[in-house]
Amino acid sequence: MYRKMFEIRSFEEKVFELYAQNMVPGTIHLYAGEEAVAVGVCSNLRKDDYITSTHRGHGHCIAKGADPKRIMAEILGKKTGYCKGKGGSMHIADFKVGMLGATAVVGAGIPIAMGAGLSIKLRGTDQVVACFFGEGASNQGTFHEGINMAAIWKLPVIFVCENNLYAMGTRQSRVMLIENIADRAASYGIPGVTVDGNDVLAVYEAAREVVERARKGEGPTLIECKTYRHKGHSRVDPAKYRPKEEVEEWLRKDPIKRLREKLLQTNVLAEEEIQRVEGEVSAEIEEAVKFAVESPYPAPEEALEDVYA
Amino acid sequence: MRKITYREALREALREEMQRDPTVFLLGEDIGRYWGGAFKVTEGLAEEFGDERVRDTPISESAIIGAAVGAAITGMRPVAEIMFGDLTALAVDQIANQAAKIRYMFGGQAKVPLVIRTPFGAGVNIAAHHSQSLEAWYMHIPGLYVAVPSTPYDAKGLLKTAIRNDNPVFFCEHKLLYPIEGEVPEEEYTVPLGVADVKREGEDVTVVAALYMVHKALEAAEKLETEGISVEVVDPRTLTPLDKQIIIKSVKKTGRLVVVSEDCKTAGVSAEIAAVVAEEAIDYLDAPIKRVAEPDTPIPFSPPLEQYVIPNEKSIIKAVREVV
Repeated sequence: MYRKMFEIRSFEEKVFELYAQNMVPGTIHLYAGEEAVAVGVCSNLRKDDYITSTHRGHGHCIAKGADPKRIMAEILGKKTGYCKGKGGSMHIADFKVGMLGATAVVGAGIPIAMGAGLSIKLRGTDQVVACFFGEGASNQGTFHEGINMAAIWKLPVIFVCENNLYAMGTRQSRVMLIENIADRAASYGIPGVTVDGNDVLAVYEAAREVVERARKGEGPTLIECKTYRHKGHSRVDPAKYRPKEEVEEWLRKDPIKRLREKLLQTNVLAEEEIQRVEGEVSAEIEEAVKFAVESPYPAPEEALEDVYA
Repeated sequence: MRKITYREALREALREEMQRDPTVFLLGEDIGRYWGGAFKVTEGLAEEFGDERVRDTPISESAIIGAAVGAAITGMRPVAEIMFGDLTALAVDQIANQAAKIRYMFGGQAKVPLVIRTPFGAGVNIAAHHSQSLEAWYMHIPGLYVAVPSTPYDAKGLLKTAIRNDNPVFFCEHKLLYPIEGEVPEEEYTVPLGVADVKREGEDVTVVAALYMVHKALEAAEKLETEGISVEVVDPRTLTPLDKQIIIKSVKKTGRLVVVSEDCKTAGVSAEIAAVVAEEAIDYLDAPIKRVAEPDTPIPFSPPLEQYVIPNEKSIIKAVREVV
């Protein structure tokens, strides 16, 4: 799990670097700071399980086992990217590893994940779906419609709310009167769990239980992971709406730093071993950047392909 | 040949495809054993195939389509019913931004084999929220196919094709068509997408019309024949893909075009068809193109008000006379 989290962080740092060098078209929404959520949840999933993702989706892709080379190539708009340059940062999918794609309409992935759960039920397999979305999405109608349907049909879906406190610049307390999104689960008659989303072991444990529950056909759960994004909402956002002390406090709770310290303290891994992993991952990300940068752009007329099957 | 209703033809298509392919299932509000669908299209199917495959849903249009999308991209072939076409507005994100774009956005990785069935059309005094014709909205979304069958034969054949197709098909029905009878063979057949049908041959004027308006156009043609005006009625059967060839071929023969459509005139179905002919066959026209469509108002309730806005035999006859 440390490797995966470090991989996501290194990947996002590279994306930011490339962005600063004007090599990334459009916008980016970085996952840095929230790694424990994707990794803690996806470490409980099999390759044939599904996930759905959001505009802030690079971390979900990596955690589900997608290839950083092809993610990076997609972000740069290259032909070798997962979507041949048609999706970009906000729309990456890798159906081969069960990553059913990132939608950039807030909350729109919730009914789709529920539909994948319905498909599992009708096909009679024991797969599960993890559906990632932010706390802002929990104010959408799709949250209500999708989770209610999953609840009444006992579908094998884990609804993972990544509560990073801010929907763009809007603080949670300005748009809802409750503190815990997980409380909303009660209105659908399903369990709701709130965990420290910056503690990967806590996320892992909580997810393990509810993934099992889903796999056994006992229905969906809403897990809320309290976390924080290190950067602003998107490329242009310096995030001035967040108090300095708050940012500092959350940076101290950096999930990667915390896990690293824990691994050392408990003697699970020695410093050299950690450094070796970090070195390997950094080399792999460099490799991904090289692949993406050197890859060709799609031919312009490819814009006309893939509209219909 | 035996005659069955449009409603029965649709039901037969659903039944046959469900028998043929275990991944086909239905979902929608009150489509199951307790009601059988607001227009009774799915009546009896829950009893035959079970509640899992003929699935009643909560009143959650967005999640109905979302469920269909999620199921379609993971190996199923859902057929979603939205009780009234107007209510597809509640699910436009799932239809237009998700179902229609998933394949493209993800570089062709996914197939989205789903059908959205819904009735459009005015004429039964249920006012502005249950009477619109919004086909043009969905023609405007690349990635969707739009079917508009006018007869029981076309309804069955097109629905079977739509279910087997690997793309999202927006399947428009019409409230007033459900009880209409027509010839439908007992044996298996399908109707391809993108192939128009000449519903009546004629020499003087081409009238293009879809769904219920085909019948109004045929009635008008019948009357005009007694005046010595020969009308060709072309039914596109699907709006996306639109069979430009058959429309243009007809216009080349007659030199005159009237487009009839039961939707608002501005940026409507008639606008697109008129534009296609203006762009690709204007040299063959001997008169300006005429459009018979609804004025740009919501559909009113009171019968005289409602009848005033819906195109009918008389407005079609008037338009034809103007171009001959």
